[in-house]
Amino acid sequence: MDLISNLAMGFGVASSLANLMFCLIGVLLGTLIGVLPGIGATATIAMLLPITFQLEPVSSLIMLAGIYYGAQYGGSTTAILINMPGESSSAVTAIDGYQMARKGRAGTALATAALGSFFAGSVATFLVAIFAPPLTTIALKFGAAEYFSLMVMGLVMSVALAHGSVLKALAMVVLGLLLGMVGTDVYTGAPRFTMGMNQFADGLNFVAVAVGVFGIAEILRNLEDEHDRQVMTRNITRLFPNRDEFRQMIGPVLRGTGIGSVLGILPGGGAILASFASYTIEKKVSKNPEEFGKGALAGVAGPESANNAGAQTSFIPLLTLGIPANPVMALMIGAMIIQGIVPGPNVVSEQPQLFWGIIASMWIGNLMLVVLNLPLIGLWVKLLTVPYYVLFPIIMAMCSIGVYSVNSNPYDLFAVAFFGLLGYVLSKLRCEPAPLLLGFVLGPLLEENLRRAMILSRGDPTTFVTRPISATLLLLSLAILVLVFLPQIRKRRDEVFTESDA
Amino acid sequence: MSTKPKDGTDIAAGLLFMAIAAFFAWQGLGLDMGTSLRMGPGYFPMVLSGLLFILGAVILFKAFGRPDDEPIGRFAWRGILFILPAPIFFGLTVRGLGFVPALFITTLIASQASMRMRPLPALILAIVVTILSTLIFSYGLGLPFRRFGPWLPI
Repeated sequence: MDLISNLAMGFGVASSLANLMFCLIGVLLGTLIGVLPGIGATATIAMLLPITFQLEPVSSLIMLAGIYYGAQYGGSTTAILINMPGESSSAVTAIDGYQMARKGRAGTALATAALGSFFAGSVATFLVAIFAPPLTTIALKFGAAEYFSLMVMGLVMSVALAHGSVLKALAMVVLGLLLGMVGTDVYTGAPRFTMGMNQFADGLNFVAVAVGVFGIAEILRNLEDEHDRQVMTRNITRLFPNRDEFRQMIGPVLRGTGIGSVLGILPGGGAILASFASYTIEKKVSKNPEEFGKGALAGVAGPESANNAGAQTSFIPLLTLGIPANPVMALMIGAMIIQGIVPGPNVVSEQPQLFWGIIASMWIGNLMLVVLNLPLIGLWVKLLTVPYYVLFPIIMAMCSIGVYSVNSNPYDLFAVAFFGLLGYVLSKLRCEPAPLLLGFVLGPLLEENLRRAMILSRGDPTTFVTRPISATLLLLSLAILVLVFLPQIRKRRDEVFTESDA
Repeated sequence: MSTKPKDGTDIAAGLLFMAIAAFFAWQGLGLDMGTSLRMGPGYFPMVLSGLLFILGAVILFKAFGRPDDEPIGRFAWRGILFILPAPIFFGLTVRGLGFVPALFITTLIASQASMRMRPLPALILAIVVTILSTLIFSYGLGLPFRRFGPWLPI
């Protein structure tokens, strides 16, 4: 069978000694940085991205994927131990995980998160292997109009899933799109918004924008008030869940995996939605819902599985369409482009080694996480006690080296400072950075497809609604927008997000 | 001071978005708009600038008559003062001074962003970071940096 032989090839690529090592380094580094409080998966990848540029394309993407899982796992660790989720997707874990830790069940919570994530990751990886190839054949039928509409839907989704004001998230998307316009126009070669600086002719450096908006802004936020953190280090005695706890886990993990796998495919940040949805469902089906918020095992097992399944299946739109489902995938696209790979439906046929290698490495990465991190939890906990003022100068040094190593362009470092400030100011004004980054990556693609579609249709804008796939996608985006603006839904959305903040 | 409630954060956000939109629109004036059939380089940016301006205006407008439920809070001035110059310094000197001294001073600058950092630990930290980074990035990964640049007399 094709699938089996392809997977076998993938495992062949991924289990070469070098790639195993890069996967391992990625997972370790990802966890290491992800464990640092307040730094989520996106910021971690943005900082570590440049390290991978010197590697072969396959190895570099395998390592990046490893960093991704590691960072996500690290995020849940901080969520459980110090109630500081690095990213909104692990915000849900913090609700019950931290309560479990306060009751002295930190070890169980951590192990549950790891095991649930591993199971979900394995299932979702398999789903990616099954569904990605047939989807690429559909994707090949996509014309410029369809691509445009799909990207619009992705951007709208990212708005719907952003924290806080919908209007501000919309503005952030548009701002991101505008920043994506900086550089040389592809059709005419006219320089745009470069302020006469040749250094920006190729556009703003993606890594610089990401590191600035996510990394530096985050450091500045953390420096606002420096206080000591309460680390739940005591009582991490019993790691492995007992038989009873295992039984309690099974249902939530299975449901979480299902929800996460489906929602993860949605462009715009399905993994976040998945963990919220799973938490809500677990609370509904639970026999004792009053336990939730006070340390319910299901409240950790479900969302963590959903979150990880979603993280995995969000590779599907990336690998098949070349469209990122969330900021992390946007970083992946950036990495692929820098490696000279054009993300999209052609990757499967032109670079089967890369495609299947990445899929196989997803599973290996997940396995490594469980095998390595359960015994290493003690070490990560120690890391949490390292004071922040020691950590951030190290992070700054890494960022500076990393960004510079991309193009050896000093202007990129100036851009880091600029976007760090912009990102900080925007976050002070309660504007989420994720939609901005997504807009920034999709901006050039969106414009190119819009212009191409208009040329193909001879200037007839109805092409977007007369082509069935495109029309459906646009209708869906419109429906999402209407939904988030509806007063009732808006209230519910606010409630969900408030719950996660509590 | 008016007694009417207003959301100061949103007012600032709205104004900021409008200002950025105006800036992009102004910068884009010189670009060819083209037609809907053959869009010029200025078409899409102009549409986006217009959209951003409207969104900013709506955010601004809606900020009045509503109390600010979460004030901006304090700014990390010390952080801004020391964190942001760090990468700029690295960019200005990495070629002239070379990787090792540029990184050392960059780390030292960044470390000053925290009030808790004492001079001696900062120095030790910067030395350790520089040595390890040089080993990892320059020797290990073989990045093509000059370790000591032409500005130095060695």
